[in-house]
Amino acid sequence: MEILLAVVVVAVVVWFVSGPLRRSAGETEAASERLEDPRVAELEARKEAKYREIRDAELDREQGKLSQADWSRQDAELRREAIEILKQLDQAREQAANGRPAQGADRPAP
Amino acid sequence: MDPNVKRKIRLVVALSAAVLLAVGLIYTSFSASSEAKQPSDLLNASGGSYELTGIVVPGSIQHRGSELNFRMADRDGSKPSLPVRYHGEIPDPFQGGREVIVRGTVADGTFMADRDSLITKCPSKYTTEAQQDPQHVIITDN
Amino acid sequence: MITFGAGCLILAFAVAIYSGVAALLGTRGDRRFADSARRGVYAFAILLTICVVIIEAAFARTDLSLQVVADHSSTTTPAFYRFTAMWSSQEGSLLLWAWVLSLTSSAVLFATRNKHREITPWATAVLMGLGAFFTGLMLFAASPFARLSPVPPEGVGLEPLLRHPAMAIHPPMLYTGYVFFAIPFAFAIGALITRRTDASWIRSTRRFALIAWLCLGTGILLGARWSYSELGWGGYWGWDPVENASLMPWLVGTAFLHSIMVQERRGMLKVWNVSLICMTFSLALLGTFLVRSGILDSIHAFGESTVGGPLLVLIGVVIVGSTLLIVSRLPDLRSEKRIESLVSRESIFLVNNLLLVGLAAVIFWGTFFPLISELFTGNKASLAAPWFNRYTTPLAIVLVLFTGIGPLFAWRRVSVGAAGRLLARPAIAAGLVTAALAAFTDAASHPFALVMFGFAAFALAALVQEFARGAAAYRSLSGGSYGRALMGLFARNRRRYGGYVVHAGLAILLIAVAASSSFQTSRDLRLRPGQSAVVDNYTITYERPTADINPAEQRLTFGSVLTVTKDGKPYATLYPSRNYFAGVGTPAGGGPIRSFFEGEATSEVGRKTTVGGDLWTSMIPDLGPLNPLIGKADRKLMAIGRGIKPGDVRAQQTFGALQGLAIRKIEQTYLHDPPPANFRVNVNPLVTWIWVGGAIAVIGGLVAIWPAPEARRRRVADVYAARLARDLGRA
Repeated sequence: MEILLAVVVVAVVVWFVSGPLRRSAGETEAASERLEDPRVAELEARKEAKYREIRDAELDREQGKLSQADWSRQDAELRREAIEILKQLDQAREQAANGRPAQGADRPAP
Repeated sequence: MDPNVKRKIRLVVALSAAVLLAVGLIYTSFSASSEAKQPSDLLNASGGSYELTGIVVPGSIQHRGSELNFRMADRDGSKPSLPVRYHGEIPDPFQGGREVIVRGTVADGTFMADRDSLITKCPSKYTTEAQQDPQHVIITDN
Repeated sequence: MITFGAGCLILAFAVAIYSGVAALLGTRGDRRFADSARRGVYAFAILLTICVVIIEAAFARTDLSLQVVADHSSTTTPAFYRFTAMWSSQEGSLLLWAWVLSLTSSAVLFATRNKHREITPWATAVLMGLGAFFTGLMLFAASPFARLSPVPPEGVGLEPLLRHPAMAIHPPMLYTGYVFFAIPFAFAIGALITRRTDASWIRSTRRFALIAWLCLGTGILLGARWSYSELGWGGYWGWDPVENASLMPWLVGTAFLHSIMVQERRGMLKVWNVSLICMTFSLALLGTFLVRSGILDSIHAFGESTVGGPLLVLIGVVIVGSTLLIVSRLPDLRSEKRIESLVSRESIFLVNNLLLVGLAAVIFWGTFFPLISELFTGNKASLAAPWFNRYTTPLAIVLVLFTGIGPLFAWRRVSVGAAGRLLARPAIAAGLVTAALAAFTDAASHPFALVMFGFAAFALAALVQEFARGAAAYRSLSGGSYGRALMGLFARNRRRYGGYVVHAGLAILLIAVAASSSFQTSRDLRLRPGQSAVVDNYTITYERPTADINPAEQRLTFGSVLTVTKDGKPYATLYPSRNYFAGVGTPAGGGPIRSFFEGEATSEVGRKTTVGGDLWTSMIPDLGPLNPLIGKADRKLMAIGRGIKPGDVRAQQTFGALQGLAIRKIEQTYLHDPPPANFRVNVNPLVTWIWVGGAIAVIGGLVAIWPAPEARRRRVADVYAARLARDLGRA
């Protein structure tokens, strides 16, 4: 009885784990499509983080940690960086849509 | 000041602080420490500051008022045991046959333990032998 | 079912090895292998879950044919503790480690199944390498499925000290903490190998690091709480090697959690971050190792064991491997930005890293000093609590100060002049508190404690100021009431404001630690019934002895009733007692009754807890006057015992019952002619606030972990997208 159970378990595990290996070429293509482009993902995350920085800087100014002058300088710089990220994001999305996956290491954007 | 020079200064300050701390640590730790010994090492010793590790000899435990007297032997139990005199808190797991650690000094062939320095090791959880219990007391319901 | 369970364990081992290999093949770009490896991890988790269920079922029905059950449980062990006994064993705790690893690996791989196509296969390989190691340890060194033959009639039972809820949860909490740190570690290794050293590996694993930190911290607090309330010692921290082993990864993990914020925002401290997580995980493995080997003398070190060696090798591989990897990737880890100003959050976090790592280094040195000194002088010498206190206290004091300064500062830089304004009010508050304490209490007699109080007051005032000003600022930007503004603050940045709550909890905790250690009063009393003694302004009277027998737990209790008056008015009645147990690992030597009293014992502490502190007592009855009676009983019993034939079960049971009767006689004698008892009385000021502060910190941690609702984030982002689009149009 236990032996039967063991055999069943082994069979199920082997079948489950080897599933991706038995995929056809078409299925593999489809799976690849779903993968997010690492460059796009990283830029999306940076964009969110940059927006948060902009909001936080505003709150910091309200709280008195940043003077008006310091804040407007920082805010302008942050917005410039955000626009840069948005531009890179558009580029990366275009590249990904054209089927060219991101190559090489990311050049860090400010 | 040139920012690079500033950074170098900060680095030097931080490193110096770390080195000072390290030196202080090393220096004081050697003098503040207690040498670890087994009971058989101290049979003929006197004075000193030691951390004694060994097994409590079963049947040797005597409470006299607030004083605790017992004998300690080496872990392998082969050599003669050393009497210990102790005041202070007695840990819950303390019993004959248990491994204990106690700090103190030696005087007149007896280990005079520092107050509250008795530590009893938790009984072996992580050995892989079954313990057979030969003397099992049964308290019944009446 | 046991054989089936053992088979599942073997299969799990094979699957782990397969997944590791497949993941490595998947790093070359073939998604099929990476996906197969991921499925292997899921299968690994399911198989180990089956193993855990089978073992726990064996514990539940006390299947004594299984060695772990016979060694750590018995038919008289209460149901709940039968369940938790699994991880009091070596084999069971290895199984727990591997099981938690399998579950958390599955979780992170499921969450990132469509992301990080380059890093994830490497991370999978690392995680499954660990999984294979721990299952391999079980298969070859300490199997939970080992059988006993012949089957013993009764198990050894669970150590009475462990029959406590806090001790039941403490090991799983610690292991969860250790294991969850494996996730960011594995992803860091993957990021280093693939040179994807931006913050992507941090973002995906941050929550796991937070959970690890929270569980580890909770485990440490539970251990301290148990020690304080259950042991007849009355302390909560002894700088014991195993305590230190859990604190060190927590400290370095705290540094990691802070430092990654800097990398996410400014692309700095990259080398710090990978180093910190590798250090944290190495220390976590070291903590696992210290409890199981016998290399350091400690309350918890459980003697020689078979798994110490391999664990040490694993730790060596992790340390050496990660160091080489980091050094080889240094060019990729260069900072993108520089620190703009000393008066910024970045620089505070850098100092924070140094302080926490420094603290961990001091504790490491002190913990391993026996081995270090052996290396240099040939003698093992050890350092005790006073040394640890002397060197950790100054660092802890400075740290408390920074838990207040950090929240006050902004990122990049705080405007000139603003820094002074920000620090002014909290500094004044701290100064006032310190002056008041020095003037109206005897706090100045312990200067370190006074400084700690002052700095902690600063930190708390700074945090209050942060919350107040933050709410005001939020309100001026978005309207609404103060209450809603406060909620809004938490909602929009749970991590930050949850973190502030953690800081507040820790500041309170450290105040309480300083107060309860520096200003503790501890006295030993020896009283006969009717006698009194005075400790501080409490008068303690030993009213009468108590005794109790609990057949279900095979326990005899000798206790006492103490009445306490304070300044003449009734204050408390305390019932400290001592429990003696039958039948757990009683060594031979002396007769059965003497062994009973020299055997397993626990203390019930008598404690009155108030906001201002605790009055704590423990009791040890002086059994000396009972010795003649015990001796007589033993002589009679041993004479009878010699006449019993081995294998005569009925006679043996009757013999056991006779022993029980002797115990009852002794109990009656104790009540009618009570000997004097020794009492240890401690007055611990403010100790309650350790637990309160700890609880606040845990709540803050939970707030920080809680995920923000997706919709909210999207909404806010869209607003900004619109505004920036306008800028883009103009640019």
